[in-house]
Amino acid sequence: MSKWLEHNIPRILLAPSFAAVVVFVYGFIAWTAWVSLTRSRLLPKYEIEGFIQYERLFAAPRWDTAMENLFIFGILFIVVSMILGLLLAILLDQQIRIEGALRTIYLYPMALSMIVTGTSWKWIMNPGLGIEAMVRGWGFENFSFDWIIDPDKAIYAVVVAAIWQASGFVMALFLAGLRSVDTEIIKAARVDGIPTWRIYLSIVIPSMAPIFLSAFIILAHLAIKSFDLVIALTGGGPGYSTDLPATYMYAMAFSRGDIGQAASSAMVMMAVVFAIIVPYLYSELRVKND
Amino acid sequence: MTNPTAFIAPRTGKLIMRWLLFAILVAFALFYLIPLFVMITTSLKSLDEIRAGNLVALPVSVTFDAWRTAWASACSGIQCEGLRPYFWNSVLLTVPAVAISTLLGAVNGYVIAQWKFRGANLIFSLMLFGCFIPFQVVLLPMARTLGILGLAGTIPGLVFVHVIYGIGFTTLFFRNYYVTIPVELVKAAKVDGAGFFRIYWSIFLPLSLPILMVTVIWQFTQIWNDFLFGVSFSQAGTQPVTVALNNIVNSTTGVKEYNVNMAAAIIAAFPTLFVYAVAGKYFIRGLTAGSVKG
Repeated sequence: MSKWLEHNIPRILLAPSFAAVVVFVYGFIAWTAWVSLTRSRLLPKYEIEGFIQYERLFAAPRWDTAMENLFIFGILFIVVSMILGLLLAILLDQQIRIEGALRTIYLYPMALSMIVTGTSWKWIMNPGLGIEAMVRGWGFENFSFDWIIDPDKAIYAVVVAAIWQASGFVMALFLAGLRSVDTEIIKAARVDGIPTWRIYLSIVIPSMAPIFLSAFIILAHLAIKSFDLVIALTGGGPGYSTDLPATYMYAMAFSRGDIGQAASSAMVMMAVVFAIIVPYLYSELRVKND
Repeated sequence: MTNPTAFIAPRTGKLIMRWLLFAILVAFALFYLIPLFVMITTSLKSLDEIRAGNLVALPVSVTFDAWRTAWASACSGIQCEGLRPYFWNSVLLTVPAVAISTLLGAVNGYVIAQWKFRGANLIFSLMLFGCFIPFQVVLLPMARTLGILGLAGTIPGLVFVHVIYGIGFTTLFFRNYYVTIPVELVKAAKVDGAGFFRIYWSIFLPLSLPILMVTVIWQFTQIWNDFLFGVSFSQAGTQPVTVALNNIVNSTTGVKEYNVNMAAAIIAAFPTLFVYAVAGKYFIRGLTAGSVKG
């Protein structure tokens, strides 16, 4: 008996977590997938009716706005954060004496809750007393910066705050990457008199391709899950002009009482995440198991 | 032989470049610092001064009234008790959730890294996958499950949710750390007659401090800053601090008290900022874990 126990302890200890993951991740995904195929409204129904919820979803203008916003937000957020992060990493890599302090400053927003970030930027960008009022106070009477209350521009306000929060993190990723590049090659290139910018462009950056991929995956994942920032900064408004799939799903689930729409929008979100992450995880796991 | 100007020119050129570089780096530092600076100064001003003054101006007369209001009497909806009760809710839910999920992660990571059995890798892959799902996909069934378990709108319910969806990451952290410990060590200990727990206790645990720090800080930051689970699974009275902050800021009744909002935001942010300040190294390691080295 004790021999059996001794032999099976690893399995016994792993079992509860495994069971939890099976039920609360995979089981729940299955539940949501099932409900997304029914006519559920305020209460879940379990008779499968086909794709009516998805048809409703794709016909809803609000969902259109949410997906369009995700596209604009995602692309701008990822591209600008990567450019900014790479630039800062390269500049910081030039033997700066106060590198440690600067790194700490660049990265601290990542420790904040998105709700705090949203609250702060909401105040800074509010036209009445924020940046707009400040610049007008300096004598530029016609200066206007009212993105946050302009339905066409509010999503860019969300982009600004999101970049502020995450670009320092991208910097840290790239800096770690820069430090792991073989210094011998760089030294050799220096000796050959190749200018620094060319060394970066043709040696350093290409060797960091995996880090670009990681940064892209992480940022894309952050973008799709963005919820708190929008809630705190614009509340999805004006109107629903800054809705993202995550806020759409939440509104359907908890304030509109439309479980069918909530489930189908959650499934679409998951499909988007998986389209990005599955190929990445697959290649990662395959490399590791070899 | 040497021409002094030709010698100086590239050096001054280099010096200018250094200063330019420095100026750009400091400008970016200001970009990251200004929101924090504005939050702090605004929280120390009176409402009159805020209306009359300038966003980035220092407070003329410093007052802590906004801080007192934010902590003890700011209104969110109909309740006017400030952030205090919600701050304690966050403490009460974060401490057990971090402890339990870290403990489970350590055990899982140890098993998966060093006591492989058939299917262990598959289990690990399944757990890893779970880290990446958008949580929207589990919100509805979890709300019902918490209801069935009698945990709806309670702090133990939130602890439960955070533990469940934290296991993936904590397991990943410990697993990736423990695989770097040579298997030979475990084999030798087994030959000496040491069992599963003995080996953990005398070999692995003493080596675990760094990864323990990384995991605890990661989980602490994630759970303290969480909003989605907090807003979905709490009710009046059990809300975590992030939800209360959002309610105070977006409360539609009365005059907008920007100074109170900023003080409340700093209070909500303080614990994670403090941890970042004292243990930033581990925080960064957690963030980059698995993304740089795979």
